[in-house]
Amino acid sequence: MSAPLVRFEGVTRRFGAEAAVDDVSLEIAEGEFFALLGPSGCGKTTLMRLLAGFEAPDAGRILLAGEDLAGVPPHRRPVHMMFQAYALFPHLSVARNVAFGLKAQGRARAEIDARVEEMLALVKLEGLGGRKPDQLSGGQKQRVALARALAPAPKLLLLDEPMAALDRKLREETQLELRTLQRQLGLTFLIVTHDQDEAMVTADRLAVMRTGRIVQVGPPAEVYERPIDRFVAGFLGEVNLFEGPDGCTGVRPERMALSRAEPKAAGRLPGKVAEAGYLGDRTVYVIEAAGRTLRAAQPSGGDAFRVGDAVWVSWPATAVMRLAE
Amino acid sequence: MTHDPLIPAKAGTQAEPAAKRKGRLGSRLRGNERGKNNLAVLAPYLWLALFFALPFALVAKLSFSHSALAIPPYAPRLDLSHGLTGLADFLRGLDLATYRRLASDRLYLLAYLSSLGFAGLSTAILLVIGYPMAYGIARCRPRLRQALVLAVILPFWTSFLIRIYAWIAVLKPAGLLNQALHLIGLPSVTLLDTNAGVVLGLVYAYLPFMVLPLYAVLERQDESLIEAAQDLGLTPRRAFWRVTVPLSAPGVAAGVLLSFIPMVGEFVVPDLMGGSRTLMLGRTIWTEFFADRDWPAASAVAMVLLATLVVPLVLVQRRRAALLP
Repeated sequence: MSAPLVRFEGVTRRFGAEAAVDDVSLEIAEGEFFALLGPSGCGKTTLMRLLAGFEAPDAGRILLAGEDLAGVPPHRRPVHMMFQAYALFPHLSVARNVAFGLKAQGRARAEIDARVEEMLALVKLEGLGGRKPDQLSGGQKQRVALARALAPAPKLLLLDEPMAALDRKLREETQLELRTLQRQLGLTFLIVTHDQDEAMVTADRLAVMRTGRIVQVGPPAEVYERPIDRFVAGFLGEVNLFEGPDGCTGVRPERMALSRAEPKAAGRLPGKVAEAGYLGDRTVYVIEAAGRTLRAAQPSGGDAFRVGDAVWVSWPATAVMRLAE
Repeated sequence: MTHDPLIPAKAGTQAEPAAKRKGRLGSRLRGNERGKNNLAVLAPYLWLALFFALPFALVAKLSFSHSALAIPPYAPRLDLSHGLTGLADFLRGLDLATYRRLASDRLYLLAYLSSLGFAGLSTAILLVIGYPMAYGIARCRPRLRQALVLAVILPFWTSFLIRIYAWIAVLKPAGLLNQALHLIGLPSVTLLDTNAGVVLGLVYAYLPFMVLPLYAVLERQDESLIEAAQDLGLTPRRAFWRVTVPLSAPGVAAGVLLSFIPMVGEFVVPDLMGGSRTLMLGRTIWTEFFADRDWPAASAVAMVLLATLVVPLVLVQRRRAALLP
């Protein structure tokens, strides 16, 4: 990783008495795909708007490529945003939407036309330049919004819940496409999302936010496998929690093994299958064991258990995550 | 409006929306043949026939008649006591003589041009005053916004005539305006009984008709479109001209039509606030009707006014309909 492109230093933004962003410090490297993940109202969108210039910090500062952004209005920041509902200009054609930022930069006509063609090809919308936004499907609109934000070659692309309006199948496809696109372009992307799958699929690193603060930052695998506390563990997937004398621990369902004979694993409990849900690639079991309810996910193809079967639930010591409250 | 409904100048005003509605309904019926069986579809046609087509036909018939010393003061009259011969006699008596007189007398042409001029100038002023007003109201906090919209509508709760008389009290030579000017040592101004007074009165009377449709489009405008424009490099001022203004075009069109069309035929304002030489069609029609008792001439003037206003509108509507997919 190279030098940080974006640096938040103790940034706070209050709305009334409430701090939407509370003393956030964060670095995003050049060329990185970074995700801000958190439930609605956690301050992730405000953090992004601070970067775009639509909000100003009440305390702290934001640096872009080493330069303080304080007092720089949105139109002078080399940062472009893809808006949640896309915010395409309804009175302009697709091509003129994509050309909007280039025109604002005062580029030559021929250059603009060439760049628009290039961008439409990049998002696989060749030949649709003459359409109006309301003649496009949801997925096409999303790609026009992406092309429009990318056309003026920003240093940093902000994506505000970019898949929120897409249906599930399209969303999964688009997540991987976006990842590929970012890798091809080598640009820095910052995505804001409340969808942990989206954040984990797309991002090199993610930050989990809660009530205006960043709880944990790291690569998706690290945050998923070594969550700092119960909130992060629960937000990034399912977790079986155990309260012990020396604090709280958790084990992910897919790290739980099921067997009919007593295993020799570090942690094990005898129990009974209370529910079984088949998901194709795996089956999720609900196990009643020692007065608690546990979840275990088993890959398809192995031993199948039925509701009522007596089973042993076990997990290796490496699967145990130590969680702060 | 609170005009006396007997004033024939209103013919042009009320005919316009009715004519537009007729076009829309016509196309709907053609597109939906099954709807013909539905009595509910007929209700608006009945309304149109009773309150638009019938009065329109009466005025049209009147315009082809001659003025006569009779009660009512025109000929021929439809006398069905002789059966069909009566109808034939009646039809034979109609001709275009009044229209020829209209075309040959320069005074009518001048009245038309002068009315269009007054209405055009006042509409331009209304747009310049009304747009910032509507924009300002739309940008206010919701509670203040409601209060301001109420303030725009409030004058309607007082009789229009009383408000115009109030203006006379303000503008008359020893009125409030000149007293105030005198107090601060400025020379007095003559506005009452001048063309400037008429423009002032028209602008005052029709301001809500400009502000409300503009407010309606501006208030609904998506804030994120302006943010997107600024994000892509436009200053707030340029974003206003490139995004806010073009997207408010339907409101501008509605405001211009709602004020321009009735202003062309306006009678009360030029009659009470204009000078003896202020030439406007509303007064011409009134004079023909009541002073000269020349009902056919008054009707013909109203018919020509209607045609000059409705024909361009229908053409514009056709073109817009043809452009839509």
